[in-house]
Amino acid sequence: MRNPQLNRHGELTHLITTEGLSRDILTHILDTAQTFVPLAERDVKKVPLLRGKSVFNLFFENSTRTLTTFEIAAKRLSADVFNLNINVSSAAKGETLLDTIANLSAMQADLFVVRHQASGAPYLIAQHVAPHVHVINAGDGRHAHPTQGLLDMYTIRHFKKDFSNLTVAVVGDVLHSRVARSNIHALTTLGVAEVRAVGPLTLLPSGLDQMGVRVFTDMNEGIKGADVIIMLRLQNERMGAALLPSSHEYFKHYGLTQEKLALAKADCIVMHPGPMNRGVEIDSAVADGPHSVILNQVTFGIAVRMAVMSIVAGASA
Amino acid sequence: MATKTPAYTAATLPDAETLYGNLLAAVRHAIEHLPPELMHLIGIHSGGAWLAQRLHKDLGLAQPMGTLDISFYRDDFEKIGLHSQVMPSEISFSVAGKHLVLVDDVLYTGRTIRAAMNELFDYGRPASIRLAVLIDRGGRELPIAAVAVGGFIDPAPVASFVLSQTQAGAFVLTIESKEH
Amino acid sequence: MKLQIKNGRVIDPANKVDQQTDVFIADGKVLAFGQTPAGFKADRVIDAAGKLVVPGLVDLAARLREPGFEYRGTLESEMRAALAGGITSLVLPPDTDPTLDEPGLVEMLKHRARQLAQVNLYPLGAMTVGLKGETLTEMAELTDAGCIAFSQADAPVLDTTVLLRAMQYARTFDFMLWLRAQDPWLSKGGVAASGAYASRLGLSGIPQQAETIALNTLFDLQRTTGVRLHLCRLSSAAGIDLVRAAKREGLAITCDVSANHVHLTDVDIGYYDSNFRLDPPLRGQRDRDAIRAGLADGTIDVVCSDHTPVDDEGKMLPFAEAEPGSTGLELLLSLTLKWAQEAKVPLIDALARVTSGPGRVLGACSPAVSSAGQLGVGAPADLCIVDPNAFWKVSRQSLLSQSKHTPFLDMDLPGRVQATIVRGQVAWELVG
Repeated sequence: MRNPQLNRHGELTHLITTEGLSRDILTHILDTAQTFVPLAERDVKKVPLLRGKSVFNLFFENSTRTLTTFEIAAKRLSADVFNLNINVSSAAKGETLLDTIANLSAMQADLFVVRHQASGAPYLIAQHVAPHVHVINAGDGRHAHPTQGLLDMYTIRHFKKDFSNLTVAVVGDVLHSRVARSNIHALTTLGVAEVRAVGPLTLLPSGLDQMGVRVFTDMNEGIKGADVIIMLRLQNERMGAALLPSSHEYFKHYGLTQEKLALAKADCIVMHPGPMNRGVEIDSAVADGPHSVILNQVTFGIAVRMAVMSIVAGASA
Repeated sequence: MATKTPAYTAATLPDAETLYGNLLAAVRHAIEHLPPELMHLIGIHSGGAWLAQRLHKDLGLAQPMGTLDISFYRDDFEKIGLHSQVMPSEISFSVAGKHLVLVDDVLYTGRTIRAAMNELFDYGRPASIRLAVLIDRGGRELPIAAVAVGGFIDPAPVASFVLSQTQAGAFVLTIESKEH
Repeated sequence: MKLQIKNGRVIDPANKVDQQTDVFIADGKVLAFGQTPAGFKADRVIDAAGKLVVPGLVDLAARLREPGFEYRGTLESEMRAALAGGITSLVLPPDTDPTLDEPGLVEMLKHRARQLAQVNLYPLGAMTVGLKGETLTEMAELTDAGCIAFSQADAPVLDTTVLLRAMQYARTFDFMLWLRAQDPWLSKGGVAASGAYASRLGLSGIPQQAETIALNTLFDLQRTTGVRLHLCRLSSAAGIDLVRAAKREGLAITCDVSANHVHLTDVDIGYYDSNFRLDPPLRGQRDRDAIRAGLADGTIDVVCSDHTPVDDEGKMLPFAEAEPGSTGLELLLSLTLKWAQEAKVPLIDALARVTSGPGRVLGACSPAVSSAGQLGVGAPADLCIVDPNAFWKVSRQSLLSQSKHTPFLDMDLPGRVQATIVRGQVAWELVG
């Protein structure tokens, strides 16, 4: 089955997941992002690449951070940006997802950035838009958050240069994390030496070893010698669903403290997709400390999203 | 005024180093009266950047030069999308109030220069922009002219000129037949 | 109407018949095979050369959506689809709207069906009122009205005591219970089978324990009560193993699988194609292999269509939000033939799973129906003539059902039904 993210010419026309994208395509996105990074230093931070294009940010799940970065990225490409925060209840009252897309397409939308609570929603949208319209997934259910995965890869490449010797540990609620899945697929495609998942059994999905991941339930073992540690957010709902007893106990065994960090390599970098729960998955001292590259991730996020938008918008119809 | 630039046909076109010699003389003349502390060369990737490097050395210029990649400013994004190899633009000095000399290898339709000027203006407001090119092959589609030219080709052949550099740094010009 | 079907290959699993012979029909019954009976003058002769002549299929699970969901399907449209698929007897689950828990509703349904005079309909009554799993229905009254057995469709019974009481009550009258083995808590919120594929797709999973734990509960309660059970829509290898052991033990069990599960696995979901959103979910390769093995060794008695019409609005949604179900009446015979071809199962054995097998289950429910799914002399003339070597393309245009959603969309399937005969009348015929 042809990868729905690629058009007939093999060009990236939608970005829905990092899974199934070749190393060349991933590298091309990172290289392009690199050329956008210096723009932030200029007076005029814009380039005219997407001038005249309409970018619709369709967020069915609330998010200020991601929405804002996509807005900044689109505006720096000189696109016209329209933000739609559609929470679930209003969608349930009225239009179906596809009706919403059809209406917006009738308003000359060129690019949809979509965040939705149902895994797979962006595929459904991509199947129903005209060939010149592109879809970028800003997070779908538990399935994927590809721009976060890419900016995480960019960050790792920026600090570590070469992927092939790295041990990367993804720690926390992997079961519910679309960021974890996007990272895992990108890391394995880019040829990282070892990908590890660390968490309690209740938060680890089945089939991780089939994705090329080594699983640890003991965090001390899991981050020993790691070059990169990616901490995942723990949501409060997990306590209610009998997955964990308390954030207190979670922090004790799976929270990243200075002490635990010492088990990793001396030049280990610490990442987090944000927003952080200080004292739940990560200690403030670590979050604000010298190993943390969390703020760099945010900066790189804009350049990466600019790169993704430019690449898909430039794919032939 | 500029010294008379030699005109050639495809048959009489000299090698790249000779053309470069013409260009060097023309640029030297063109920047004679510009205040040196406010003058910068800016080469357009890749041929223009190499030329600018050589000019910068041969003219003994004190002020740093810059390089420009115009991929984000092209007017054919709709048709061909984003180029697969975007090089970084590097302008480490302030552009405001400066006299800039844009350097490129071939001047043809003028669209590359238009894109370069748009990009330069996003860096700031220069005092002036002049253009130096190795080859002017006519065929302008926009009102753009160079003040320093290595050689005019008239009539221009149905082919493209490709500038390359040897290990030692010498320029080589090859002609590739165009495939439409 | 006197009918002669000549030159066909007659396959009748119930009577172990597989031979080239003619069939003679009169007064709505099978009159004779082979030589023309004395004084028989056919009103119509159908040439079935190169075709199979089989008993009309008996489908143990088909939702026709009446009453209540007519925008998805009506008796007319869906019965026509059944006939086009060679099906002459259908069992209806009770999850209509309102649920079939009152004798009056059953009578209305049977009346409607009789007026259409086509496929034989056998409704299942609701085991509990409104299928809520709280209070028992008037099973005896419902049986008098025409229900052949009792079921919860896909609705769970949360209170095990209610399940026990329902079994005891049914046993009192020797009614059969048709139940899904699905633990409500382990299956809650799940939309796909737990496993590597669901994890990759980020879909909430239903572990196989949802089936095995429920089966163990049902078997244990069955040992105490002695009720007869038909288990609906098995899906896992582990579940089938439990059924095999229970049958060996001597428990009174029959069971079925959906035709979809005979062919498909979880990876067929591909890029979240909601046509593959089914209940129970499609499981892995090992489970599909176990289903085929179970059909071959008789652990699984029946393949049914699990016909569940869903309209476009129900399917054009992200996978987890889409409605489970697929159209199946027109595909049951073709999928059975396809399975027989792929797994090299003799036609007589494969066809048994959609004729004599379900016929026996029906007969166990209700002695009046003991001759469904077979073609013995004197049996009602319900049969189908099918060309096993002709292929047809499953498409929105070719499907007669009001629902066009099936995982087999755009596929070419073997087995074109030429004619379907119900009670001796040609009820459906391929034109052109």
